[in-house]
Amino acid sequence: MASELTKDRLLQAYRTMRTIRDFEDRLHADFATGEIPGFVHLYAGEEASATGICMHLGKDDYIASTHRGHGHCIAKGVDVMGMMAEIWGKKTGTCRGKGGSMHIADLSLGMMGANGIVGGGGPLICGAALAMKLRKLDDVAICFFGDGASNQGTIFEALNLATVWNLPAIFVAENNGYAEATSSKYSVACDNIADRASAFGMPGVIVDGFDFFAVHEAAGEAIERARKGGGPTLLEVKLSRYYGHFEGDQQKYRAPNEVAHIKEAKDCLTTFAKRVTGAGQLTQAELSAIDAEVAALIEESVRRAKSDPKPAAADLMTDVYVSY
Amino acid sequence: MARKITYQQAINEALAQEMARDSSVIVMGEDNHGGEGSPGEQDAWGGVLGVTKGLYHKFPGRVIDTPISESGFIGAAIGAATNGLRPVAELMFVDFMGVCFDQIFNQAAKFRYMFGGKAETPVVIRTMYGAGFRAAAQHSQCLYSLFTHIPGLKVVMPATPYDAKGMLIQAIRDNDPVIFMEHKMLYTLEGEVPEESYTVPFGEANVVREGDDITVVTLGRMVHLADQAAQAMQKNGVHVEVIDLRTTSPLDEATVLESVERTGRLVVVDESNPRCSMASDIAGLVAQKAFGALKAPIEQVTAPHVPPPFSDALEDIYIPTVADIQGAIGRVMEFRR
Repeated sequence: MASELTKDRLLQAYRTMRTIRDFEDRLHADFATGEIPGFVHLYAGEEASATGICMHLGKDDYIASTHRGHGHCIAKGVDVMGMMAEIWGKKTGTCRGKGGSMHIADLSLGMMGANGIVGGGGPLICGAALAMKLRKLDDVAICFFGDGASNQGTIFEALNLATVWNLPAIFVAENNGYAEATSSKYSVACDNIADRASAFGMPGVIVDGFDFFAVHEAAGEAIERARKGGGPTLLEVKLSRYYGHFEGDQQKYRAPNEVAHIKEAKDCLTTFAKRVTGAGQLTQAELSAIDAEVAALIEESVRRAKSDPKPAAADLMTDVYVSY
Repeated sequence: MARKITYQQAINEALAQEMARDSSVIVMGEDNHGGEGSPGEQDAWGGVLGVTKGLYHKFPGRVIDTPISESGFIGAAIGAATNGLRPVAELMFVDFMGVCFDQIFNQAAKFRYMFGGKAETPVVIRTMYGAGFRAAAQHSQCLYSLFTHIPGLKVVMPATPYDAKGMLIQAIRDNDPVIFMEHKMLYTLEGEVPEESYTVPFGEANVVREGDDITVVTLGRMVHLADQAAQAMQKNGVHVEVIDLRTTSPLDEATVLESVERTGRLVVVDESNPRCSMASDIAGLVAQKAFGALKAPIEQVTAPHVPPPFSDALEDIYIPTVADIQGAIGRVMEFRR
């Protein structure tokens, strides 16, 4: 509940969500100029999920992310400067320009990587959680995946394994309604992804992904149970993405004004601000100050990313093996 | 004379010694002990052919049976390797890579490069390969060339009990993902194996037999057939050098090239199917880098380009034989421009 969050934590939540939003909005604008290489999948609209969940985590807790991974990275504390440089293909990037948008990772922060393979993270998270259990740590491992990945065999195998081994693992299905251009109403055979939890012997919980407080509370319960040895949870976060599957996607498969209506009625930043200012927990001036700081941070990250050096030709051949 | 044990015992001993030395080493796979969750005996199997038998009781909690769920548990071994463990996962038959290959080649093999050199994935995937067991098309393939194709993986294939122990210990201590290929027909092979722990480095081929007339490059179980062929040719006055590659990734190019520079003749013996194989890889390497030394076309002795058959009448002619190798050596020796 909101009352359980201190003022500092509320400010942190807002800052994280605002940073993700501005990061993604800026990429959307810069991608349109043709300067950003490859393709990017933006997380704008889904900020409450990554933020509400990762606020419960420390650097020894692990997360595995998806192709739409920028928000998870930022919420897990990955350096925004390094991320922007990585997406611009620069040597100063988080992965020295070798990963790009879909492979940003920082294992020192428990960020196992965005993942270019849909459903790839499920088994990996089981392994991270198995290591935590065998090493008698009270850390947890979290697998973020989408409605598309919810139909992959790797996710089914991982859900089963997590219960069989009673792992401290949480499976977070971020159901934004579309796997690429295909509706989850078509591709997911049951009404809710969370309904599948009972088949794997774990609790399934549905939460409103536009509501930071709802996500934070549901995730808190699941994470606390996992830390105490109570096993895995499947958490379905229902939300929406504001941009296309990737940049350049015209989203003709969506209803006219679908995104505009969602933004107006449910936007996670707007509803958060309204709630905390309405309750007198934070002032608009405090939020505006964060807005200004984040805008400056993103501006600086782009300025640096543009001017930073690209990897040298010799970098092509390094980092394949630890020992050659 | 040193103690003799089997290839299978050598693998078991390597696992036991490494598990005793390093508590972060765990063993996981289908029926690696056997009996999990059942009312009867635990360690009922010790692996489908008993290779991991006995480890379960020696190392409580560190030999983990898995569901038949290869993507799940191979991926879990990889994930655990990024978080402080050194798992040795068993993919029962290499043919089953078809259901878990993404975790191996898109995840484990890519982490280090994709993450800018900041990840280590010290996982070993032990797997059984090869024909001769009348196990047919889905339990008899070699497939090591598929792993060898992938940068980021190391691929090792011991031919002897000595190498099996030393290379498995090396694999467990290595900080990169290692595919450890065990030929199912070699498990009962006996050989001299020191009782103490030792390692065999990767990327160093073994010159099994020295000779100056012709080079035979081979690997895995074929090392023994090639050596028999070489021994037979010796009686005809042909001195064959037999090179066991031991690891296909990294590859010891220097030993191969030095030998062919000296002999001018090459036969490659590879149990796998011929297209895009280790045989074609070594032939290509020599054609490119030792062309001037060649006195005859390179011959490849491989299985034909068909799946492994079931019937003994067919499998026996599918697998390269000593006679096939002798025939190839003879043709290369007799070649005249």
